[in-house]
Amino acid sequence: MSASLEKGINALKEQVDSSVASFFSSCVHCGMCADACLFYTETDDPERTPINKTEPLRRIWKSEYTLIGRIGKLFGLTKKVDDQLLTDWETLVYDSCTLCGRCSMVCPVGNDIAMMIRKTREGMAAAGHAPEGLIGATTRAVTIGSPMGVKLPALQAQIGHVEKDTGMKVPVDVEGAEYMLLLSSMEIMNFPEFIGAIAKIFDKAGVSWTISSEAFEATNSGIQIGVSDIAAELVQRVVDAAEKLKVKTVISPECGHAYFAIRWEGPNLIGKPFNFKVRHVLEVLDELRKDGRLKTTGMESQKLTYHDPCQIARRGGVIDEPRNLLNMISDNFVEMPDTGKMNWCCGAGGGVSSNERADEIRLKVFQRKKDQLDAIRPDAIVSACSNCRIHLEDGLEEYHMDIPLLSLTETLAEHLE
Amino acid sequence: MMTEIEFLSWVRGPGLQIATIIFVAGIVIRILEILLLGRKGNLAEAKGSEMSGGFRTILSRSVPTPSTFKRSTFTIVAGYIFHLGLFLVIFFYAPHILFFKDVIGLSWPSLPTPVIDATAVISIIALLAVIVHRFNNKVLRYLNNFEDMLVWFVTIAPLVTGYIAFHRIGMTGPTLLAIHILSVEILMVVFPFTKLMHAFTIFMSRWYNGAMSGYRGVES
Repeated sequence: MSASLEKGINALKEQVDSSVASFFSSCVHCGMCADACLFYTETDDPERTPINKTEPLRRIWKSEYTLIGRIGKLFGLTKKVDDQLLTDWETLVYDSCTLCGRCSMVCPVGNDIAMMIRKTREGMAAAGHAPEGLIGATTRAVTIGSPMGVKLPALQAQIGHVEKDTGMKVPVDVEGAEYMLLLSSMEIMNFPEFIGAIAKIFDKAGVSWTISSEAFEATNSGIQIGVSDIAAELVQRVVDAAEKLKVKTVISPECGHAYFAIRWEGPNLIGKPFNFKVRHVLEVLDELRKDGRLKTTGMESQKLTYHDPCQIARRGGVIDEPRNLLNMISDNFVEMPDTGKMNWCCGAGGGVSSNERADEIRLKVFQRKKDQLDAIRPDAIVSACSNCRIHLEDGLEEYHMDIPLLSLTETLAEHLE
Repeated sequence: MMTEIEFLSWVRGPGLQIATIIFVAGIVIRILEILLLGRKGNLAEAKGSEMSGGFRTILSRSVPTPSTFKRSTFTIVAGYIFHLGLFLVIFFYAPHILFFKDVIGLSWPSLPTPVIDATAVISIIALLAVIVHRFNNKVLRYLNNFEDMLVWFVTIAPLVTGYIAFHRIGMTGPTLLAIHILSVEILMVVFPFTKLMHAFTIFMSRWYNGAMSGYRGVES
């Protein structure tokens, strides 16, 4: 990735379309996005106001795409984007935003601010102002195939353990299977039980599925860092594998950004529609429930709550499915205040967890999640994103709260009939 | 020096024409420069409808969720008051309706003058509260720029000059009326080139937001 200011400015120019221009034209500086953002509410730092994070993109829009801005530019009156600005903005754009999109739900004029920040990252990355941690993760994703550096032998070893533990066969590279399962590196390394859970559920439901040895990584660092070319390359690997194995549906695992990347950005990144479907694992499980192919037994009596991963719920549209599934196995399910599409982010999505520089702030803003949890005091938290899960565990430890974290898929598997 | 009457006829004649041309042409240019940028079609398989999502958000974004209301109470309440107040005063004061009838040929029933008078006072108070809040609130003070101040000034000015003209405070009638009309003309000239454009672009922005969310199956 050779980077320069010029490349950054060009990348920003490419990001401006009619929606972005309309959004910037509409902003009235009311400040309500700040009240919707945990990086402001928990730090009281006005620089972290969501719309302020888009300043580099705003300057490009103003000076290049508005009449008044172009006139101003002739007289040297328009504010420029320079390296100093991008240096100053780097921690706002990457460390203080998880692209959770809560601001986009609150803005009274309707600006999709999270999308604008995502676009701002394209310019930041092209100009060489992306954080070290994310550059490392992205480089590993391109060269090794996984942001955490997980290679095929590691996956094979984990599959071996899972097969031994469950007595189930985990199908790899099975041509003509209905579903192809993707996994996040986090799941492979930290939560291999997820693979076992899927094996059990799919076996009971009689689902034909497979994992591809060529494209098993679900996450897309290219999107988090904001480099569309790389993001497209990572998507293309999945497309190639899905086409090679002739699967009907690709399953995105318990990972928020992975789902948004492949489901909503994927076809647009590679410039053509997929010839297979993409579903989040919770959508697949809810379909099985509806068809009567997922049957459970027993109820969790402990008080459960569900943490909506931003990219799956608010940005992804998978909101009812986890609740349908939880109601099968819990008679004591309690919602946190501000839930579903208005849930507060855990504080570590959007590349924040790959960025060590942001470790302090992500734990500080966890206070928001703590307040939400304190309001209902659950016995356990269920979620469907291993990145949320790791960070929630981190945050709970930091704030001396003893609440176990459960994966929805794994919990369902434990209740299989 | 112009006489009082010359001043009034200038603002009613050439002044109004110039302001109207800049206002209309400016708005058209601004909307075109946005729309002509275009937007790529979405190639992902849809989970919901762009159209219904877009139109729903145009309406639904006017009603904040209870938790948002709690966090941004002042901004929402003061905002609602002065927007609604401006709307009533501009479009339902009898002399304004006569003016619109002159210009576009349409007329509609007016509100009683005392109601308009009170609405104007309430709107002025709300706008004053807004500016005090802008200086007292950390975020707003940080965001605040020259344009924000200019827009606030050109918005409150017609309310204040209209109120003064109606109550004949200070100068004689024609001068007060002329100043009021001039303040509206300044508002019209500034309008297309500032955040006042949100009066039009808000519908586009809410539509885009709702459409993008609706496509993914989320009501935004």
